[in-house]
Amino acid sequence: MSSTARRPWGLAATTAAVTLFILAPMALSVSAGLMNNYAAGWRGGITLRWLHEVWTQYGGTVLASVVIAAATVVITALLGVPLAYPLARSRSRWTAWVEEAITLPVAVPGLATALALILAYGSWADFRQSFAFVLVGHVVFTLPFMVRTVAAALRRPELLELEEAAATLGAGFAQRFVGVLVPAVFPAIVSAALMVFTLSVGEFNLTWMLHTPLTRTLPVGLADSYASMRLEIGSAYTLVFFAVVLPLIWVLQLAARAVEQKHGH
Amino acid sequence: MPAFAPASAARRIARGRRSLAWACAVPAVAFFAAFWLLPVARLLALPAEQGWQTYFAVLTEPRYLRSLLQTAGLSVAVTLATLLLGAAVGLHLGRSRMAASRLLLGVLTLPLSFPGVIIGFFFILLAGRQGLIPNLAEAAGLERWPFAYGLLGLFLAYLYFSLPRAIGAYAAAARAIDPALEEAARSLGASRWRIARDVWMPQLAPTTLACAAIVFATCMGAFGTAFTLASKWEVLPITIYNEFTNYANFALAASLSITLGVTTWAALAAARRFGGLGMGQA
Repeated sequence: MSSTARRPWGLAATTAAVTLFILAPMALSVSAGLMNNYAAGWRGGITLRWLHEVWTQYGGTVLASVVIAAATVVITALLGVPLAYPLARSRSRWTAWVEEAITLPVAVPGLATALALILAYGSWADFRQSFAFVLVGHVVFTLPFMVRTVAAALRRPELLELEEAAATLGAGFAQRFVGVLVPAVFPAIVSAALMVFTLSVGEFNLTWMLHTPLTRTLPVGLADSYASMRLEIGSAYTLVFFAVVLPLIWVLQLAARAVEQKHGH
Repeated sequence: MPAFAPASAARRIARGRRSLAWACAVPAVAFFAAFWLLPVARLLALPAEQGWQTYFAVLTEPRYLRSLLQTAGLSVAVTLATLLLGAAVGLHLGRSRMAASRLLLGVLTLPLSFPGVIIGFFFILLAGRQGLIPNLAEAAGLERWPFAYGLLGLFLAYLYFSLPRAIGAYAAAARAIDPALEEAARSLGASRWRIARDVWMPQLAPTTLACAAIVFATCMGAFGTAFTLASKWEVLPITIYNEFTNYANFALAASLSITLGVTTWAALAAARRFGGLGMGQA
């Protein structure tokens, strides 16, 4: 029958079309960053001059983004891992409310959170003009990913048994938490950290509102170059994003997988 | 004291849970209260300073209502197209056992880590004033139409950042489906269409619902993509941004933000209530 025979072909063709749709813009943008002149295409010759220009004008934003993302990971881990413990162990309505509340910054658009932060703290100039302002926004937005991933790991029944065994052997609360629970959920912490890093490094909706000319991140610089520079520079800058951020994420992914395999479940 | 008896250990954990466990929550809760709850409370109260009707500006002011409806219409259209294409590609790749499919899946979900501004720029390169497609069209003797800045450009760009999420979700769902069920249906002589309707659809319903909510909420709140495209089709986040930065109309910007936030939150909460949903990136 024609309809039964056609369907797999239809799926394959759709997959091919979607693949082209996803890959073509990436390829176009990478090549445009290396072309002398986008309008002339490859015939115009290739150059590294746009990359160089991006590096001199926007190089600082790359470092700023990586440092902010790393700081966001550290702070969400320091705040989020301890919070995950009572959320995982308590059955009270209060903890359910806390978990619900801290997830709100993900459910609500970043623009709204950024407006709220500016309205509340915008007049505190030292804070408003520092990277700390951007950092605070990133932590609020990414904290739920850390908390919920780690809390889910802590809820596993064998961890409850492990914790009870440690207590039976006389381990105090701090000893149980740092010596037993944290190592046991370490793979979850690492995978949450990867998520937090990825979100922070690409964050724009909040950051565009929170930044100042002296506190620009990579996505903010990108938007600036798209609006005010020639296409080749915007493309070269996008290429810098791909070249710096994607390998970093891949390395972190490999590390996360290695940790998981070492723990082996 | 017999601190090593199991009963006392359980009590010790219970005691630890009550006092120390709550101490664990203090830093995060304090941080969240200072940098989200308090600022949002201020945001919620701000429109009242200009009278209660400010909360309903989105309904009473035709300009804002139009912006809301345009955003919602665009988001619904993108969500439907995403589910259709994402399901086709995700199921196709998720069911395949080939290593190439795994690799392709990895490539197709790559854009999840791109900021929205990059995706806007992609469509400027493709279909902007100096874009590839208008150039090719002109070379072929057709009319030059830079569609990046209108509804079509916005639709395609939103589709671009939505598809990877749906493809990933449907591929994961396809792998989780029990093949024995389909096998049984086939051995009983069910047609391909019957299998799709009676075996696949019910099992994919939770994924579809969750995906729809996340994609819809993400489209409603997306700012970077529309900002880069400087679209003629104005969406609500851009309206809010303009009210805040260009007109310094803080109360109105707050009121519109509340409308937008309640809409995306409600969509996600509804999906979670009816389908058990993980977390998306709004």
